[in-house]
This record gives sequence, structure tokens and C-alpha cells, in this order.
Amino acid sequence: MKLTSKALLILATLALAACNNPRAGGTFGGGGDDGFGGTNGGWSDGSIQSGALGDPNDPNSVAHFQQRIGDRVFFTTDSSSLSDEGRSVLNAQARWLTNNPQYAIVIEGHADERGTREYNVALGERRANTVMQYLASQGISSSRLRTVSYGKERPVEACAAQRCWDLNRRAVTVVSLGRTS
Amino acid sequence: MIQLFTRLRDMLRGPAGAATMLAATLVATLPALMPAGPANAQPLRLQITEGVIEPMPFAMPAFVPEDQGGAQYSEQLARVVANNLTNTGLFREVPAQAHIARVSSFDASVSYSDWRAVNVQALITGAVSVQGNRMRVKFRLFDVVSGQQMGQGMQFEGTTTNWRRMGHKVSDAVYSRITGEGGYFDSRVVFIAESGPRDNRTKRLAIMDQDGANVQHLTDGRDLVIAPRVSPNGDRVVYTSYAGGSPRIALINMQSGQRQNVGDQPGAMTFSPRFSPDGRQLVFSLARGGNTDLYSLDLGSGQQRQLTASPSIATAPSFSPDGRFITFESDRSGTSQLYIMPASGGEARRISFGQGRYSTPVWSPRGDLIAFTKSHAGRFHIGVMRTDGSEERLLTASFLDEGPTWAPNGRVVMFTREAQGGDPALFSVDVSGRNLRRVPTPGPASDPAWGPLLP
Repeated sequence: MKLTSKALLILATLALAACNNPRAGGTFGGGGDDGFGGTNGGWSDGSIQSGALGDPNDPNSVAHFQQRIGDRVFFTTDSSSLSDEGRSVLNAQARWLTNNPQYAIVIEGHADERGTREYNVALGERRANTVMQYLASQGISSSRLRTVSYGKERPVEACAAQRCWDLNRRAVTVVSLGRTS
Repeated sequence: MIQLFTRLRDMLRGPAGAATMLAATLVATLPALMPAGPANAQPLRLQITEGVIEPMPFAMPAFVPEDQGGAQYSEQLARVVANNLTNTGLFREVPAQAHIARVSSFDASVSYSDWRAVNVQALITGAVSVQGNRMRVKFRLFDVVSGQQMGQGMQFEGTTTNWRRMGHKVSDAVYSRITGEGGYFDSRVVFIAESGPRDNRTKRLAIMDQDGANVQHLTDGRDLVIAPRVSPNGDRVVYTSYAGGSPRIALINMQSGQRQNVGDQPGAMTFSPRFSPDGRQLVFSLARGGNTDLYSLDLGSGQQRQLTASPSIATAPSFSPDGRFITFESDRSGTSQLYIMPASGGEARRISFGQGRYSTPVWSPRGDLIAFTKSHAGRFHIGVMRTDGSEERLLTASFLDEGPTWAPNGRVVMFTREAQGGDPALFSVDVSGRNLRRVPTPGPASDPAWGPLLP
């Protein structure tokens, strides 16, 4: 009994953690110039409505890519190494991209605010490139892949605390909906 | 008296500086210029007590209007000069309401005893006249303690739209005569004006006077722009723009306003540009395939040259004033550290060995020091070290300080400070670590780049 409730608690925690991604995904990659999602709210709002992005229950929808698979991976401070969790997200991204060859991808590399501006541009490029190389190793054609580094210029979380920095050190796989970006 | 000026110069120079020719001349002529003052006068000297300077009291009465047009500038000019001097932390103004003497004529003799009575040590008098849109500004500097004029009177002429620059010219002359250092008041600063929410900032390239006045925007905020740098003579500014959806170097001509991208390479991101001392080259970072190296670009021919080839990040390059070397940061050792290499590339020598990460090295215009950003144990600092890495001194500490830029005379460093959860702002600090000040800007501001002393 005790064991069961503990397991349930873990499951609930995992579910909550999983919920962070779609909410954080509200900026549609955080580039901020395509109008999707707009600016982020606090922790409670910002759930993505499916709308034109398709039904998240449809495994070939962009909404599914963003919400169920997760469009981003996270990094530890000053690192561009993928975690096991990051690799499994990218594996799922690669499967989706293989099944949906009509989409092109821009991988955005981001850094937290705890570094200098120039270094963070270089670090963001390194992170974006890590993701690009990994997706290419999973069979995604490099002609579909492009990278851009935003350094620390586009944090997705505004708080000046560790929990926000953890979410800002990220690489976001932005699927193109046939727009030029 | 000699002791005063020697000490003032030592204080200004810091441990690593060298006396200027001007200072040497000034000291040599002092005994002749300044016989002993009245016995009851306070000795003219700056006292340094536990690192705190006793600022030199000065008086800056309103400029004497020599015609009707000059009247409207008479008080404003005095404010510009007084604020400049006060902001150095080396001077303290004795306010007008304390003055006994009135300066009603520029050429009238100075009643030193009246100024001594209110403890003024340096007196600046000025006059202003305006004809149409032309104006003429004159000033004289007096050592009240010895009862002597210091140097000759000077005059400046220009258009009324440049009236603040006239005030800055007077300030530079006064500062130079008293300290033996070059001035820096008649200079401008390019920076990034920020607005909007933290997760979707609007950033605009902007320029202002060194004291925060006359802010003008150079870009409209549609595109993200960061890290501008000014050319050696101030005619151009380079910066990094996301106008094409990816970081690229843009160059703006300050005369024509014309903009162009420079240094592009297909499939690469280019950023962190800086001019060579002759203004003919840029050195910058180019990122491709997960690696960032330094390149130089000849602006005349467009020819590029790769300067580093290390499987690590190399960025934030800065030339030595003689153009022979480049200092930069690299994480080739595992963490960001500072290096120096020949300007044509080649073997780099590491110069930072303290604890923490070192970034954004910038060579002083005097050539003797390198200013940098350091982060250690959750704090950020602006610091300086000698070019061989010795005598490291941290000038500031906060949640986030970064990106130092030197005043034209190498005496003051300006940088970006961001309080935890707050907006970024520009701050300046003396190279001695004294006189930390916020530079006023209309809104949040970052990435200052100090331009040259104007002609």
C-alpha cells in the first residue's frame, strides 16, 4: 500500500514535469517573431490550444510534436552534452520528423543569464549544433536542419533563480509550418 | 603643493600607469607658479584615507553672459561643467549659495580671500556669447590657495546646438590641468536601449553623450541587436544583428546612417566584432558546426583570415592599442580564460589564472591594463589586470556585472549591471575601484561602448 502511493506520487510528479514542456513551449521556440503563443504567463496559464497546430492526440500533428514529444532539451551549466532524457526526447523527435518529411527544422540554442553575452552566443550555437548532429545521426537529412543561437537574449523563464535558469539552458526544435523564418 | 599634484596623479594613475608628459610639465612649473599661500589657508591637497578620497572643493559660478543670447546658456554651461567634475569623485562643488564673491565680469580680478573663506580650492570662471546660431565660450581656472591662475584662459567656438559639448570641452581642460590626465567628458557612448518583457526584449542601438544626455536611437527595435563597438575615430559602429534571423555583423556609418552586413560566411553565425586601432580591420567570432573561432576582416578588400583554429570557443576579441596583439577569451582549458596572441594569429598565451571564469577582455587605450568580466562563486565582477596577467584587481561585485568599456583616457570603465530580477543599467567605475556610479539612461540599458574624445 505504502509502496503503491509512493509510486503514484512519482507518477504524479512526472506528469507535472511533463506538463512543464507544453507550457514552456508557448512561445513556439522563443524566437518571438512568428506570433505563436506570444509572451509567457506564470506557471498556471499558457496551456497550448491545438487549433491550427492539430490535435495533440494525432501523432503526426505539430501539437503532438510540441506537447507529447517535447520540442526542447535542457543542458547543465556551461555544458552542451545531452542527458539520457534529452536523447530520448530527440529520438522521438527524429521519429516524428521521419514520419513528417514535409517539415523543415530550425534548432535554436539558448543559454541562461549567468554568463557574458558573447560567450553565451557561442555556447548556444554549440548546444544547437549538438542537437542538429544528434538528429542527423538519427537519419534526418541535414538539408532539413538549420541552427541559430540566441545566447541569453531569449529566456523563456524570466525569474532570476535556478529553476528558471535550468529551463532557459535549452535547445528548441522549431518545426516550420511552411513559413519563411 | 607638489605633494598634492603628485598624490593626485598617483591616485589617478593607479599602480600600473605611467606619468604623462603633461603631468611632468605641470609639476615642474608648480613652484614658480604657486608661492606659499596665506598662512591661515587650508593646504591645497587631496587626502586619501583608507581608500576614500577627500574630493577637491571647487566653485563654478554661472558663466558670465556677454550678450543677450548668452544669458540662456550661462547657468546650463556651469551645470554641465560642475556635474562632470563632481561625477569623477575627485571634486566637490561648493554651491553658489555659499559664494561670497560674485563673478560679474570675465576679466575682473579674482577676490581670492572671498573664495578661501568658503574653502574653495579651485575656481573656474566662464563667459558665453551667442550670435545667431554661433556661440563662443571662454573659461579660466584659478588655484585659490596660492592665488594664481592655472594655465591660460581658453575659448571655444561652435554652434549653439553643440552647447553641451562646449561645457564638456571646458571640463576636459580643467580636469587635465588639475590631474595631468587626458580628458574624457567630450565623448559619446553607444549602447543598447532595452524595453519590453524579459523574455521578449526589444533592443535598439542608441548613442548618447558620456553623461547620459542627448540619447538618440539608431535602430527601430524591430530586430534584436547586441554588443556594439565604436570605430577609433567614431565614424562607424559595428554590432551584431538578428535582422536575417541569425546573428550577423552589421556596420553602420554614423554620418550617412547607411547600414551593411560585413563578414558573412554561408552557414555561419558571426558576432562579437571589434575594430582594429587603425579602423581598417575587424576582428570577430564565427561559429559553425559547434565551434567558434576568431577571424579578421579587412574592411577595404573584404578579405577574411582565420586567426584561431581550436575545437573550443574563442570570442570577445580586442586589439592592443598598437595593433600588434589581440586579447580574447577561450574555454580551451575547460573554462573561459583570457589569452593574448599576435594580431595575425598564432600561438596564444594564457594570462588569467585566478579562480573562476574570465570573459570579455578589453585592452586599455593606454596599453597597460586589460579590463575583464569575472564570475566566481555566483558573483560577477569587473576587474583589471596587467597585460601579463599580474596584479589582478576586482573593481566591482554584483549579481551580474559584465562587458567593460574604457573611457578614452583609460581612467574610467563603463559596464552593464543587472540586479537580481531587475533591469540592466549602465554603471561606471574609476580604474582604482572608486566612484561607482550609475550612468543615467531613459530606460533599461546594456552593452556600453565608449567612443573617442571628440575633436
